[in-house]
Amino acid sequence: MRKILVGIKRVVDYNVRIRVKPDNSGVVLDGVKMSVNPFDEIALEEALRIRERGEAEEIVAVSIGPDDAQQQLRTALAMGADRAILVKHDGMLEPLTVAKTLMAIVSREQPELVILGKQAIDDDNSQATQMLSALWDRPQVTCASKVEIKGNTLSVVREVDAGLETLEVDLPAVISADLRLNEPRYVKLPDIMKAKKKPLDVVEFASLNVATPGQLTATHYEPPKARAKGVMVKDVAELISALKNKGLV
Amino acid sequence: MHKLLIIAEHDGEKLNASISRCVTAARQISDVHVTVAVLAADPSAVAAQAAALTGVDAVITVAAAANAHAVAAIWAPQVVALVRGGYSHVWGPSTSFGKDLMPRVAALLDVNQISDLMAVDSAHTFKRPIYAGNAIITVQVAAGSVVVATVRTASFEAAPAGGNAAISAVSVDASLPTHTRFVSIAQAKSDRPDLQTAPKVVSGGRALGSAENFKIIFSLAEKMGAAVGASRAAVDAGYAPNELQVGQTGKIIAPQLYMAVGISGAIQHLTGIKDAKTIVAINKDAEAPIFEVADIGLVADLFDVVPQIEKALAG
Repeated sequence: MRKILVGIKRVVDYNVRIRVKPDNSGVVLDGVKMSVNPFDEIALEEALRIRERGEAEEIVAVSIGPDDAQQQLRTALAMGADRAILVKHDGMLEPLTVAKTLMAIVSREQPELVILGKQAIDDDNSQATQMLSALWDRPQVTCASKVEIKGNTLSVVREVDAGLETLEVDLPAVISADLRLNEPRYVKLPDIMKAKKKPLDVVEFASLNVATPGQLTATHYEPPKARAKGVMVKDVAELISALKNKGLV
Repeated sequence: MHKLLIIAEHDGEKLNASISRCVTAARQISDVHVTVAVLAADPSAVAAQAAALTGVDAVITVAAAANAHAVAAIWAPQVVALVRGGYSHVWGPSTSFGKDLMPRVAALLDVNQISDLMAVDSAHTFKRPIYAGNAIITVQVAAGSVVVATVRTASFEAAPAGGNAAISAVSVDASLPTHTRFVSIAQAKSDRPDLQTAPKVVSGGRALGSAENFKIIFSLAEKMGAAVGASRAAVDAGYAPNELQVGQTGKIIAPQLYMAVGISGAIQHLTGIKDAKTIVAINKDAEAPIFEVADIGLVADLFDVVPQIEKALAG
C-alpha cells in the first residue's frame, strides 16, 4: 500500500500518579512528565514493520494537541515515521470531535490504512478508532494482536473477552493496536538527530472547520473512594482463618 | 419517560452476564422504560433469557444470518435504525463487545459516547473514571442528545431473575456493509470460571517469573474454584494470555474475593479490582502498593505460601 496514517497522542506519562485539584475543577497537570500514549507507540511500530516488509511506502504520524505535542511527533519521526502533522488545538476535545478531525486529515491524505492505539491512557475513552471508521464508512478492527496484509484485504486477529477473533476486512480500514501486537523499538540517538530534519506540518484546528458541539461537559472531578485499611496476617494459617471468618473458603 | 435500549451481548445461546448489570444501571434512571435488543441469527433462546430479567420492560429481536457474530460494522447501522425508532438512551456493556460496537453507533448518531459509566446521577448526568481510575468525573450530556454509553459492569449488581417481558420481532431497514467479514473465534477452552463474572479470582503477577511457574496460580485457582487473572506485567512477559489481564487496559472485575499473588499493585492494576469485596495480597515486598488496598495482607515468598494454602484448603 502507499500510505499508513498513525495517531500519536501526547498524554501524561504512564508512571505519573495523577491527582485531582482541591477545587474539583480538574486534575493537576502542571509540570508532569508527558509521553507518547503507549498504545500509539505499538500502532506506529506495526506501521514501521509493515513498511520494512515492503508492504507500505510512507508512514504519516498525526497528532491533535498543543504546540508541545511536536515533541511526541518528533519521537514518532525518530522511531521511523516519514513525516508528521500536528493539528494544533489547546484544551480538551470530545471523542467525536477527535474522530472528525482525524477524518479531515484522512480526506486530505487518503491513506489505505489507519492505525491508532486501542485507548489513550489519560481519558480512557477508547472511541477514536470506532468513530473514525464509522465516519469514513470503512471497516474497523479494534484491539488487534496480529495483522496480515493479503493484497487489498487484511486478516486481523483481535483480543476479545472470549479469546481471539479473526476478521477479514477490505482496505482502506482502521485498526487499533492492543498490547501484544508487537514490542515497540527504542529510539537511538542518531535517529533523534535525523528526525529533526523530517517534515512536520502544523495545521490550525480551526482551519479544518470541524464542529465542536459540546455535548459532554465534565462538571466535577473527584478522587476515587479509598478502601478501608486492611489487616496484615503473619502466616498461611492466619490467612486461611481470616478467609474462613469471611466465609470465602 | 426515558426510553432506554440495551444491546444484548451473547454467544448465540447464552445472554452474557454483563447485560443484567446494564439493566441494574438503567433502572437507576427515574421514569425509564428498558428494552433489550437481541441481534442474532436465531435470537429466541437469548431473548427468553433477557425477558426473564427483573427490570426489563420489553425485548425486541432482529433475526438475520448476518447477525450470527457481533461484527460492529454490521451491527451498528441496525442499532442506529432501532434507536431512530424513538429511544433516548442506547447502552451496551463495557466489555470487548460493547467497547467495539457502541462508539461506532455513537458516531453514526453524531453524538459522543460515555465510556465506562460507573454511576447514574440522573438521566443525563453520570460518573466515569479517567486516568486509570485516579479521577472520577461527573459528565453532563446536553439535553436532546441520544445518550450512548458503555456500562462498567463491575460497578453494578446483576439484576435478579423473575421478569416476564414481552418479546417481539422487529425488522430494521439498514444497508449492511460487506467490507468486514467474520472468519473465526478461537476460544480459550477451559472449565475454569469466567474471569469477568467469577465470585473468586486468583491473580498472578511478574513475581511468578515464568509461564511454567505461573501454573501454580492455575493450580491454586482450581483448588479454590476461582477464575485466574494476571497483571499486565505478567501478560507482557508472556506468563499468561491477554484475556486474563486485569486492570485499566484489561478487565475491570468485582469478585467477592480477589487474591493477588506476586502483584506489586500498579495503579493501572488497582483500577481493575477496586470494586472487589475482599482483596488478599501476597507479596514478598512489604512496601508493595498492593498492601495499601488489601483487606488481608501477607508478606511472604509466594513460592513458599501458595503450596501451603493449597495444602491447607485440601485438608
